[in-house]
Amino acid sequence: MSNDSGLRLAIDIGGTFTDTVLIQGPSQILATTKTPTTPDQPAVGAIEGARSVLKEAGRDWSQINGMIHGTTLATNALIERRGARVATVTTEGFRDILEIGYERRYSQYAINLVKPDLLVPRTRALTIGGRVDAHGKELTQLDEGAVLRLVADLQRLNCKAVAICLMHSYANPAQELRLRALLTENVPDLVVSLSHEVSPEAREFDRLCTTVANAYIQPLMGKYLADFKARFAAEGLKCPILMMTAGGGMTTVETAARLPIRLVESGPAGGAILASQIAEEVDVRKVLSFDMGGTTAKLCLIDDFRPQTARKFEISRAERFIKGSGMPVRIPVIEMIEIGAGGGSIASLDRLNRLCVGPQSAGSDPGPAGFGKGGINPTVTDADISQGYIDPDRFAEGRLQVDRAASDRSVSAHIGSRLSMETDDAAFAISEIVDENMASAGRMHAVESGKDLSARLMIAFGGNGPLHATRVARRSQVRRILIPRDPGVGSAVGFLFAPVSFEIVRSFYTTIDSLDLFKLNSFFADLYDEAEEVVRAGAPDATLRTRRVAFMRYHGQGHEIEVELPNRTLTFDDLENLRSDFESEYIGQFKRIVPGMTIEVLNWGLTVSAPVPAPLKHTNMIEGQPVDAWETRDILCDISGVWCKAGVFERSALKPGDIVSGPALIVEPQTTTFVSADFTAQIDTVGNIWLTGTQEIRT
Amino acid sequence: MRTSQTRLQVMWNRLLAVVEEQGQALVRAAFSPIVRECGDISAGIFDFHGRMVAQAVTGTPGHINTMAEAVKTLRTRFPIQDMKPGDIYMTNDPWIASGHLNDFLLMMPVFFDDKVVGFTSCTSHLVDLGGLGMGPEGSDIYDEGLLIPPCKLVDEGKVNNLLLEIVKANSREPIANEGDIYALIACCEAGAARLHQMMVEFGLKDLYELSDYVIETSRRGTIEAISELPSGTWRHVLKVDGYGAEIELHASLTIAKDHLLLDFSGTSGCSDKGINVPLNYAAAYSVFALRCIIGPDIPNNAGSLAPFQVTGPKGCILNAQPPAPVAMRHTLGQMTPDLVFGCLSQALPELVPAEGASCMYDLPLRNVPEAPDLGDKQFALELVFNGGTGARPTLDGLSATAFPSGVWGSQIETTESVAPVLFHRREFRPDSGGAGRFRGGLGQHIEISASSDQDFLVFLSVERILNPAKGRYGGQDGAAGRVRIGRSGEELPGKGELRVKAGETLVFETPGGGGYGAPQDRCRNALSWDIEAGLVSADAAKSSYGDTP
Repeated sequence: MSNDSGLRLAIDIGGTFTDTVLIQGPSQILATTKTPTTPDQPAVGAIEGARSVLKEAGRDWSQINGMIHGTTLATNALIERRGARVATVTTEGFRDILEIGYERRYSQYAINLVKPDLLVPRTRALTIGGRVDAHGKELTQLDEGAVLRLVADLQRLNCKAVAICLMHSYANPAQELRLRALLTENVPDLVVSLSHEVSPEAREFDRLCTTVANAYIQPLMGKYLADFKARFAAEGLKCPILMMTAGGGMTTVETAARLPIRLVESGPAGGAILASQIAEEVDVRKVLSFDMGGTTAKLCLIDDFRPQTARKFEISRAERFIKGSGMPVRIPVIEMIEIGAGGGSIASLDRLNRLCVGPQSAGSDPGPAGFGKGGINPTVTDADISQGYIDPDRFAEGRLQVDRAASDRSVSAHIGSRLSMETDDAAFAISEIVDENMASAGRMHAVESGKDLSARLMIAFGGNGPLHATRVARRSQVRRILIPRDPGVGSAVGFLFAPVSFEIVRSFYTTIDSLDLFKLNSFFADLYDEAEEVVRAGAPDATLRTRRVAFMRYHGQGHEIEVELPNRTLTFDDLENLRSDFESEYIGQFKRIVPGMTIEVLNWGLTVSAPVPAPLKHTNMIEGQPVDAWETRDILCDISGVWCKAGVFERSALKPGDIVSGPALIVEPQTTTFVSADFTAQIDTVGNIWLTGTQEIRT
Repeated sequence: MRTSQTRLQVMWNRLLAVVEEQGQALVRAAFSPIVRECGDISAGIFDFHGRMVAQAVTGTPGHINTMAEAVKTLRTRFPIQDMKPGDIYMTNDPWIASGHLNDFLLMMPVFFDDKVVGFTSCTSHLVDLGGLGMGPEGSDIYDEGLLIPPCKLVDEGKVNNLLLEIVKANSREPIANEGDIYALIACCEAGAARLHQMMVEFGLKDLYELSDYVIETSRRGTIEAISELPSGTWRHVLKVDGYGAEIELHASLTIAKDHLLLDFSGTSGCSDKGINVPLNYAAAYSVFALRCIIGPDIPNNAGSLAPFQVTGPKGCILNAQPPAPVAMRHTLGQMTPDLVFGCLSQALPELVPAEGASCMYDLPLRNVPEAPDLGDKQFALELVFNGGTGARPTLDGLSATAFPSGVWGSQIETTESVAPVLFHRREFRPDSGGAGRFRGGLGQHIEISASSDQDFLVFLSVERILNPAKGRYGGQDGAAGRVRIGRSGEELPGKGELRVKAGETLVFETPGGGGYGAPQDRCRNALSWDIEAGLVSADAAKSSYGDTP
């Protein structure tokens, strides 16, 4: 892995496309490709992509000494309900943890609301006697006599996978371990997920959900990973395959097969890793990554070159973008906000005749009306086509002939004529609404994290990111944007910068005043041993790094603040620092502390990671000249709403230092960068495009 | 301007985003568990006249309309020419703010070019205001704690320290109260800053055109929705447990062409205990219920709320007058949606659900007063549990789910981590969902005891012990709530204080929702599924559904 002269291969299998990137040394991209995903046998499409980049670069399999793979298979199996038939076993008296949940409706006014399907109905919810208390003390022994009944129930219910979540198992896992041993003694091929291994945090509902989701995809992912590995070995791949996780690290195929839930949403994580890497290369400490594709846009805050992380997210939401309508999963993840705003998002009118865009998407099939594949609804891409931003003859490297008249007709029929607006005004309005949606979601996300968007550098990628970047940035008070090279395959490129790492967050409740240091140190030692074992498997010889954090809050508050701990055995002196670190972090978010209030800690986290080569910091800009356009196109100005001429440039022909004034379009095979009239673009020494706002912000 | 309509809509979307940001900021900084778990806050933006233009969609409906009215009151109380940048006004008067003393309402004028262009406002529930504390035992408002009439809390950016000291000196939780008040101030300021920034960005000098557009569009949309309804007047009476004496809630709902009028004439008089409801709060929950059925997708603002009028004779329990005690006004306030649905279902039988558990089953637990002397752990828990919702016209009710409030239930592991209690059981109550073509949601069966040898106290203020949720159109009633000490203990009333001794178990069963339609019309597959899942027993299948195996 650390061999700089070697080649590394990254493969990101998405729902529609498989992106493949071949890299030499730390960051020299030799070849990239986008091939259609082959859903029945994803490895087939992946091998095609790999062969293609190797051929292009004139290399062969034996030269590859690192391979990273990310896939949406785990996510899709959950969304499409293609997983195993799972049963749950919980503590007697608590059969309905899953269905009771937090007792809430995710939408206040929806009388006919349907709650999310949490994969295991009550008929398959089993219980067993035995009780552990919050401190890990066993109050009642596990009812071992009931195991045979459980075995019979599992057989009757035809369940091949079981999720076990016993009360307070994060504090004492003995009963879960014992139950697994007893069950597999009787049913050797039973797939068992234990809650304390999958998500050792207090809150029985979240832990059970996470364990259920893990058990649900475990058989499928186990099979897939074994097959994937075998096929690539047969091609001639000699090195081990590492899997990208949602937390932005890499892990071995074996760990991935044991904890497949960690693979969910790993693709978007790659994008955030890429943005973090670029942030470090250009030495900008406050960044917003903006990844806009065909169906959704994803935003991530990056501070000090680290993407923001979280410990919880939701999968398969009943209403896709409504918080609380999905199944919570508690694992370490890169925190991203996902908005139903992509090129395929459909524009419509609501009952007040207000224009809405998304979250319904035409996807890639049938796609926007202008793609001529049967789509009739106007989409964001149709609006971009109508406004002249997309060249009908050069879209997707000319592989798809865009029908501008069809876009115009669709925008006019569904929106323009119904609002008594001209077609171009309607297209303009669609853009305004969708760009405002993205900017609002971004601002909201920043507020929820106690942060601010303005003064950040936006790093934009994905198929539609560079096209909408200036329009979203302006509405977020953001004035600087960077478009990296190969923005269309950003996630896969990001995989190549991820460390081999593993993070565990476990509950151990204490107030700062009553903290038992001896217990805490031995608690962390256990966490370290567990995490190290996982990381060692993927990086046997590396000098490992550790990061420890406490999730702290004032007693009475719900919002936890992450505070980094010294990386060693803690002593009494550290306690005062812990308090003051919490307070300074708190001031950063809330402006003032609350003197005299008890501070408590419910969860602690530890990450072990192998180092990655430090990014090369480069002086990113050299003196340059304004360049003239090869040609111009008529576009609707996104500020004045008036047609104007925009210069058109080939990205590959621009040199470091070159300056392009807006309005302009910078075209490359997988996307187009739109330089608004109030922005200027310049190319840096490694080929990034920098967009800088030139006027007072005015929407 | 060629795209002014879109531009106005974009600005409307922005206002909605700003109030959501404001609300989130408040929830994150708040100390009260009811705020954290339930989002019991409100945040809004108002125009120069004090008309509400946007309000955050937060967890509980108790603030709908109350804030809109409160700002109007404060706006007329204080002359606009006296207002200066950085000023913030406040009150917790239950009859102005939100129905009980714990809710603090702040209002801040927003300046642009030295002129007031509008206001931001927010409300949040503070942990403790002194008096007898959050419970129904007060005999008048003076027993319930500190009332602060409308006043200036912040003067040109300077907090009125005397006022802050008074609030702290009159509270059992002074630190948390101070934290919450600062959170409210920050929320107003953040909203004002965002509004100002937005005006710069969009080149606005005032909000007149925008607020007219928002309010008029919403009003028109709401009236259109109302005009599709049948006209007429419908009456309904809902009997509720009350405290010591049962209470009748009366309503007549008149649907006219362009407005709705809900009147509470006939409703019982006030109670001696703090379960009385100021009209603003009764109206909030009532209007919420109406808006669930009529134009639920139209945002709350002065325009969408204007067509809903709520009246009631002074002194009835839904229009309690000072100095009536009102601390637990939510206990009955949360029953008003069932009262409203009783009227509305006569007009719109296909759209309105059966009655549900409705009142949340909150379970405040405390250490006994002598605990500190005994060296026992002191604690205070605000646990919340819910029963089942009423069956819907085309769907079963939701089991163990909050409605009409948006509260979150508690998690056992976190509760046991912070307090010396142990749960023995928390499961659905089989057969508690009212039988029907569509079944009511199930309640829960909960058992709790002390985890050590210390006693603890429980403060109850729950409903539907004596009056279960009624079914509709042949649907049967849901099971009543039930509170006992020990499974064989006697059934206790729903209001009052209980002492649970060490070694004893509190058995707490939440009510089920009512059924919708005749049980014999229930799809037999759905019935067999319920039986297989243990939600309906074989006996009940026979007696309630006439199931013959």
